[in-house]
Amino acid sequence: MNWHAVRAIYLFEMARTRRTLLQSVLAPVISTTLYFVVFGSAIGGYIPEVEGVSYGAFIVPGLIMLSLLTQSVSNASFAIFFPKFTRSIYELLSAPVSHFEIVLSYVGAAATKSVLLSLIILATASVFVPFRIEHPLWMLFFLVLTALTFSMLGFILGIWADNFEKLQLVPLLIITPLTFLGGSFYSIDMLPPAWQTVSLLNPVVYLVSAFRWSFYGSADVAVGVSLAMALLFLAVFVAIVMWMFRTGYRLKP
Amino acid sequence: MQTIISISELSKTYAGGFAALKQVSLDIRRGEIFALLGPNGAGKTTLISIVCGLVTPSTGRVTVDGHDIIDDYRAARAMIGLVPQELTTDAFESVWNTVSFSRGLFGKPARPGYIEQLLKDLSLWDKKDAKLMMLSGGMKRRVLIAKALSHEPRILFLDEPTAGVDVELRRDMWQLVRRLRDTGVTVILTTHYIEEAEEMADRVGVISKGALILVEEKAALMQKLGGKQLTLQLQTALQAIPPALARYGLRLAKGGAELIYAYDGEGEETAIVDLLQELSAVGIGFSDLHTTQRSLEDIFVSLVAEPASAPQRMGEVS
Repeated sequence: MNWHAVRAIYLFEMARTRRTLLQSVLAPVISTTLYFVVFGSAIGGYIPEVEGVSYGAFIVPGLIMLSLLTQSVSNASFAIFFPKFTRSIYELLSAPVSHFEIVLSYVGAAATKSVLLSLIILATASVFVPFRIEHPLWMLFFLVLTALTFSMLGFILGIWADNFEKLQLVPLLIITPLTFLGGSFYSIDMLPPAWQTVSLLNPVVYLVSAFRWSFYGSADVAVGVSLAMALLFLAVFVAIVMWMFRTGYRLKP
Repeated sequence: MQTIISISELSKTYAGGFAALKQVSLDIRRGEIFALLGPNGAGKTTLISIVCGLVTPSTGRVTVDGHDIIDDYRAARAMIGLVPQELTTDAFESVWNTVSFSRGLFGKPARPGYIEQLLKDLSLWDKKDAKLMMLSGGMKRRVLIAKALSHEPRILFLDEPTAGVDVELRRDMWQLVRRLRDTGVTVILTTHYIEEAEEMADRVGVISKGALILVEEKAALMQKLGGKQLTLQLQTALQAIPPALARYGLRLAKGGAELIYAYDGEGEETAIVDLLQELSAVGIGFSDLHTTQRSLEDIFVSLVAEPASAPQRMGEVS
């Protein structure tokens, strides 16, 4: 293992977060806070309890997941896209670094950032709504697993994209709608049966469901199924990244 | 001299069908400065990009100090520093951070003293905290060199190192290359500036349309192909060359006012003395004379103008 390289890339990426602290941390925290104020405190007061918890508390896991998914994708995609854009990626590709080390450092840094951000949002949420975490270790596990999985997706996106428009397109047109329709703000039990079935095609449903289970002990989908699905997504994304490196897809002519 | 890079029958055909390299074989010797000359699009950058791991070869094999660039890429790449042709730097990082990053990327532990000296050598020390996007093109070029040297490579690739740089930087870069060579670093530079090769290289390779058409010691190349010419301004114009001088292959110019003697420079300098004596003997006087030699550029132009010869191993001087 070239640990010096892994460390260099990881710290380089974390330094970028420090340089762009407002954009990286403060902006997502403010937008999530607005969600809590509007949906949790203002509108939430008129909504009865969902699955035994107040609506404000109910949306906490979903909102964290919303932030976690979008930030993981955008952090990782930008991290690998920007060197491609500036063509400084020549250095990475000519360095004595394995594909695994590249993924470990870039995806590790992106996942670290989004996990830290999620914990900050969690702390922010506690200011607005009372909530409990029944399974804190599982909560952290799902947080890290989801961050890694979607950072991997972001990494794929960053390699695939050849312009900034494409880089924005997938989060805007796919990730955000899937997250909103994935039960972030409601239980899928609240949907008509047909739409419940359709919802099960949405991968985010499993992630939100499992994450909410770690908070309140109840889930839309059995936790084991959610865990299996999350691991499946990770495996699929790992396989795609391996294929990209093996073939040099959009990296090496 | 020991070979440090061995390239065997290397070919590259890009996805669109363009054959950028055709069966190129070449040995680079340890500690030499090797200039790869060729017009734009000849395959120079493709060749070094394959050695550095940026382009996947279609066929052939490359070893760096005995390490295969694919099977043993870590050992091979750790020895190489690459200065790319384009000014490809990050925008928001500081000079110090980006150079330190490069050292880590190539698997070396931090060594601030070395990085400090490197930045001082490249006149970058007072810019160490400046963001890269604030630097001029020349300064960015220096940063790219610092990044390439940050991990103390034994082989340095300079891809068109002085393209678009000012005279001062060009001179600094030539001095740097010589200093590196003195410490045992092998330097391979691609260029289409002949004067660069003429100034610095120990050996010259000429690549054209993806084929390596010549590899030669620079001095030997100049000797072999750099023909010389003696021009005499005659006191009285001649109508024809006297038969007694036929063996010299002389020709007249400017209506017989100039007599030109072309020789190839390989031990024929003594013939000039004989010629001058014989001119005197047949009563031909001259008011002035001068000699000229074909430059490397003339040689280069004549080489690439001819069809590429059949591929062959060209690592050693014949």
